[in-house]
Amino acid sequence: MSAVSTPREPQIPKEHYLNAGYGVKSWLLTTDHKRIAILYLASVTFMFFLGGLYAAAIRLELVTPPGDLVLSETYNKLFTGHGVLMVFFFMIPTIPAVLGNFLIPLMVGAKDLAFPRINLLSWYCYVVGAGLVLVALVEGGLDTGWTFYTPYSTSFSNSNVILAGLGIFAAGFSSILTGLNFIVTIHKMRAPGLTWFRLPLFVWAHYATSIIQILGTPVIAVTVLLVAVERTFKFGFFDPARGGDPILFQHLFWFYSHPAVYIMILPAMGVISELVTCFSRKKIFGYSFIAASSLAIAVLSFLVWAHHMFVSGLSVYASLIFSALSFLVAIPSAIKVFNWTATLYRGSVSWQTPMLYAIGFIGLFVIGGLTGLFLAAIGLDVHVTDTYFIVAHFHYVMVGSVVMAYMGGLHFWWPKITGRLYPEWWARVSAAIIFIGFNLTFFPQFVLGYLGMPRRYHYYPPEFQVLNVMSSAGASILAVGYFIPMVYFTWSMRYGKVAPANPWPATGLEWQTASPPPTENFAVTPTVTEEVYDYTKPPKEPVFV
Amino acid sequence: MSDHVVSPKLYSAVFAALLLLTLTTVWAAGQDFGAYNTVVAVGIAITKATLVILFFMHVRWAGKLVQLFVASGFIWLVILIAITLADYVSRGWSLTQ
Amino acid sequence: MSNAHSSVLRHHFASLAQQKDASSLGMWTFLVQEIMFFGGLFLVYTVYRHQYYDVFAACSHHLDWKLGAANTAVLIFSSLTMAMAVHAAALGQRKATALWLVLTILLGGVFLGVKTVEYKEKFEAHLVPGPHFLAPTEAAHELKIDASQAGQAQLYFSLYFAMTGLHALHMVIGIPILAALAWKAWAGAYGASYHTPVEMTGLYWHFVDIVWIFLFPLLYLIGHH
Repeated sequence: MSAVSTPREPQIPKEHYLNAGYGVKSWLLTTDHKRIAILYLASVTFMFFLGGLYAAAIRLELVTPPGDLVLSETYNKLFTGHGVLMVFFFMIPTIPAVLGNFLIPLMVGAKDLAFPRINLLSWYCYVVGAGLVLVALVEGGLDTGWTFYTPYSTSFSNSNVILAGLGIFAAGFSSILTGLNFIVTIHKMRAPGLTWFRLPLFVWAHYATSIIQILGTPVIAVTVLLVAVERTFKFGFFDPARGGDPILFQHLFWFYSHPAVYIMILPAMGVISELVTCFSRKKIFGYSFIAASSLAIAVLSFLVWAHHMFVSGLSVYASLIFSALSFLVAIPSAIKVFNWTATLYRGSVSWQTPMLYAIGFIGLFVIGGLTGLFLAAIGLDVHVTDTYFIVAHFHYVMVGSVVMAYMGGLHFWWPKITGRLYPEWWARVSAAIIFIGFNLTFFPQFVLGYLGMPRRYHYYPPEFQVLNVMSSAGASILAVGYFIPMVYFTWSMRYGKVAPANPWPATGLEWQTASPPPTENFAVTPTVTEEVYDYTKPPKEPVFV
Repeated sequence: MSDHVVSPKLYSAVFAALLLLTLTTVWAAGQDFGAYNTVVAVGIAITKATLVILFFMHVRWAGKLVQLFVASGFIWLVILIAITLADYVSRGWSLTQ
Repeated sequence: MSNAHSSVLRHHFASLAQQKDASSLGMWTFLVQEIMFFGGLFLVYTVYRHQYYDVFAACSHHLDWKLGAANTAVLIFSSLTMAMAVHAAALGQRKATALWLVLTILLGGVFLGVKTVEYKEKFEAHLVPGPHFLAPTEAAHELKIDASQAGQAQLYFSLYFAMTGLHALHMVIGIPILAALAWKAWAGAYGASYHTPVEMTGLYWHFVDIVWIFLFPLLYLIGHH
């Protein structure tokens, strides 16, 4: 029977997870990890949009030197809202909750995650958290900065700290439950023949991320509760007047919030590994090194938090140790970059949209990561602390890296998720607009910060205006770049070309089932006999009844 | 995960040990071990916790994975406390004015 | 027992053994994050005890260590009864399982009752931190500290209430779960081939016991020599 040589027009399968039940209840009470991923997709996109509105307001204010758009008090609420929404409700959850939830059971050959009902609970925790924070932002706002430093947040701020704090607590619980589910699934539900070293690097990345979620998030959860208790009952954990130490808050806060940035970047790196190997048609270089580096990052990330506190009164000795450890944690990240680059070498590289995002990621992550190393050096850090240099650094790793990786992953797996192809030309144009808009927004901020413009201020000396205007112009271009995919993704769900089961084609169990997959993922539990990323063979014809 | 059924005798022995250690910790609190007071108190607590973990929670018979998870939890707690204390210990000034 | 198998085996698991393994690893993962959750409070405690040892010792003297020790014994006893409940479930002894669980609940209730008595006493003695705490001179007299250290005394009691309060909250959550388990056990839901919920709840209950094992000496027995 001729198999691969006669191409058939791909058809949407008759039954799949999207039409396996209609109505609000079938979605709101679903335990199907794929549907829960879609629920998350809608939620995080909404929160991203709101966070983006705050960013637009900030960049609008910063077009002119005087603080003439809003009052200082209002500006405090703008950057706080932007930070809280983006960090806790977009950056931390998105790739794990959208792509991870959808793909991990498929990638390990399972019917669902280990605890489907806990998966749904995690989404509800997210929604409750989002609701609480949105109420806090609407009912007067939050002005403490996303970092909530005490004693301002505990004793002096008149904004909705407790409500926002409880919202963050709920979002944190959502994150913990997701991590718990991933760890147990990856340990206990791999298909026969799927050994650890045959797992896709996306899975390794999420495993490492889950370790951080489990070990780090509870600390910020209890910290946020302490702030709430101090505000409500006037207990004095961080009150200097009663002998409390505000720096202790910073230790507790950053113990989580530094590893949190690795919760953001590790899944992104997992996506990039998948994209680079597929679009080089070549097994990724140094698979075991990349897997090990994910675990190394997860562990080392917990040892460096006080590099956010170099100017908070740490002793020289403590600062030295944290600085050295911060240099150390860059090594596993660098290993990944070298391995991705080595994968490209002598690969058969093609430039579809996901690959454009992947290459963009590698370049921008190098800038973001290297500037992180600059900041690990105490001498330079003291000079640029609380300036726009920091803002530029973290936006390069968060937006230039994580969001780009998310976009790349979303495009790569869109055919699997929806059964439709996105329009390639529009997608490439948007990728280019995003790349240009992003760099125009944030590169000038490195210069601004180095020249001394402080962050969280809405007025600045006139000599900084040109760079600020460039940055704001870039932000408007970036906004256009993010808007276009929202349009064509939505359009493609109805009018996009029907996707084959494996359009790229790529290796991996998720491509061995229909697009979109049936509710139970696989008609027959697959048995894995091949090594991972074997691009030497032609792709297997997907088998489904 | 083994379906190990533990004998009530063993449970009772552990229970007796835990009560004994509780009495010990009360007694030890009344003694002056100088710089080691806290070490003794925490050490007795760790011993009690270990008994509960190994026997009541069956970790003695659990696989390596569970044992790794349990160990990691406590290691991370130590990391949190030890490294933060490193700041306080190296400051050269205390919070008492 | 095959009926029981098919009704408790969730469809996404290949076997009951895989399901049990997953449940167990899941509960342990949850407990690991609980270690870090309480860990944050233990960090705050460690820092302030390190900085304000004398005040902490003086305030600790104000707690009734005999009540604390008795409560410790009660909770350890409840861990024994919980372990016995798991044992009975594993042997398919439905009545014994239910009775051991009820005993665990009663002991947990005794513990919470004693804590309520202790909290009430603190409340009446104006030792709840905040605006109603003893004035510095009164605190100095009551707690045998210097008036200037009254703020640090508030730190001690903040930790006392936060740590024992969070612990008590975990027990308040655990007791209804035990009650539901006891009910189901009586109805014969658990046997040799399936008693995972009893085991998992046991793990949770033992963890709560372990937290108290640390809280007792750290809060009640500072500087008693």
